[in-house]
Amino acid sequence: MSKVPPDLRYTKSHEWIRTLTDGTVEIGITDHAQHELGDLVFVEVPEAGRTVKADEPCAVVESVKAASDVYAPIAGEITAGNPKLAAEPEVVNADPYGEGWLMRLKPAAGALAAAGLLSPAEYQQVLDAEGG
Amino acid sequence: MRARTAACRFSHSLGDAIVARQTPLFRLHQELGARMVDFGGWDMPVQYSSQIGEHHAVRRAAGVFDVSHMGVLDLRGQRVRAFLQQLLANDVGKLKVPGKALYSCMLNEQGGVLDDLIVYYLDEYWFRMVVNAGTRAKDLAWIREHARSFAVEVTERTDLAMLAIQGPEARAKAAQLMGPAESSAALALGTFVGYGLGRWFVARTGYTGEDGFEIMMPAVDAVPAWRGLNALGVASCGLGARDTLRLEAGMNLYGNDMDERTHPFESGLGWTVALAPPERNFLGRAALEPIAREGSARKLVGLVLEERGVLRAHQKVLTGAAGGGEITSGTFSPTLERSIALARVPASTGSRVQVEIRGKLLGARVVRPPFVRAGKSLLPPAKDTP
Repeated sequence: MSKVPPDLRYTKSHEWIRTLTDGTVEIGITDHAQHELGDLVFVEVPEAGRTVKADEPCAVVESVKAASDVYAPIAGEITAGNPKLAAEPEVVNADPYGEGWLMRLKPAAGALAAAGLLSPAEYQQVLDAEGG
Repeated sequence: MRARTAACRFSHSLGDAIVARQTPLFRLHQELGARMVDFGGWDMPVQYSSQIGEHHAVRRAAGVFDVSHMGVLDLRGQRVRAFLQQLLANDVGKLKVPGKALYSCMLNEQGGVLDDLIVYYLDEYWFRMVVNAGTRAKDLAWIREHARSFAVEVTERTDLAMLAIQGPEARAKAAQLMGPAESSAALALGTFVGYGLGRWFVARTGYTGEDGFEIMMPAVDAVPAWRGLNALGVASCGLGARDTLRLEAGMNLYGNDMDERTHPFESGLGWTVALAPPERNFLGRAALEPIAREGSARKLVGLVLEERGVLRAHQKVLTGAAGGGEITSGTFSPTLERSIALARVPASTGSRVQVEIRGKLLGARVVRPPFVRAGKSLLPPAKDTP
């Protein structure tokens, strides 16, 4: 059973979003996503300063089996990519909601409200429908 | 997050199987928590816990794989050796001692690879062949068609399960499942030799680059044997680890690295084509002779990525020559902790190439496979790392 922490918001494509105290957001992939991918061996995160549109591919996570794109759930400007993941991609498997965050982003004006993010209960329904 | 590339051999059904077939170990795989995938029309375990953990278990100790999806064919008849000398590109005339095995391609008339297989010489009227899961129906039809004029009888041994036990501790562990006589006979087996020992056919073969056995056994023995191996500390391993192990060992995967549209000389398999004696007129010979004489336009090489990233099948390889090449199998190597691949490239390709990954060109070194043998890296030291 995949973990779905109650204090986060989610996307249908298995990203999670945490709102930080300074108004920026932290983004990663869910426990379900890391489990489906298996052992991660390569993670590419965006550089600070890059402006992204909602649904723009902005990170890549690769396991032994497959490569996947991670999409920006919200439009905005990247403030940081997790520097730890270049050398230790397996951190995403071990701690997907903590040390394994992928990027931080400053949402564009109104972008957070427009993003249509899912509540934990709504994301759980997505998982149930997928049989996960 | 959306999948960009899935390893196609795990996610696509080959052939026209509508309902995936199950091996005698299917329920045990489920009980052990395996993630199941379709492979060549069979419902098979891709991993139990961690694909990398299973990989290391085989390199460092021992692991067991369910390979019951592979086809076991018994060929019997007075002219079975002559038949196989016509059917196969390698020459079973080399098999002089009963039990000895030979790796060979089976070719069509154009020299394309229909399958790669292992054939065992059991006695003068009985040979046994092990073929790939995804090709077994096609193989069987082809073999039966050509066997008719030799009066060779072909039997598919669907009554057997097959376990591969691989790793430096594999033979010693597997021998503990056998009686005293069978155990000492099994441990005395030379490489690439198989014998019937009691109820089991035990062969010192594999697909990982490690020592070990492949054991064919009555289906009813498979579950107790697997549990017995687990109890001895042998790790359950899925097809995911099997793929990274075989690629490190520089072994081809049928359907990825060669198929009906490629010939052995451009697939790293020229060494398996026996052109001597010249009078042996095997299927595909006429098409291969000019290639052997003039040289193949393309070759299969090993690649080692020099930068961070993962090489994958179908990525473009830039070699400087017109046309370039393509990766046929690629992965992250858990033993070498970097990405490796097999690629089909122009014969003139030198020692360095570039691979296009998501629009970027990354440098890779060209090496001769295998990458790893018996747990050790075989990579030459990098001379001029950028």
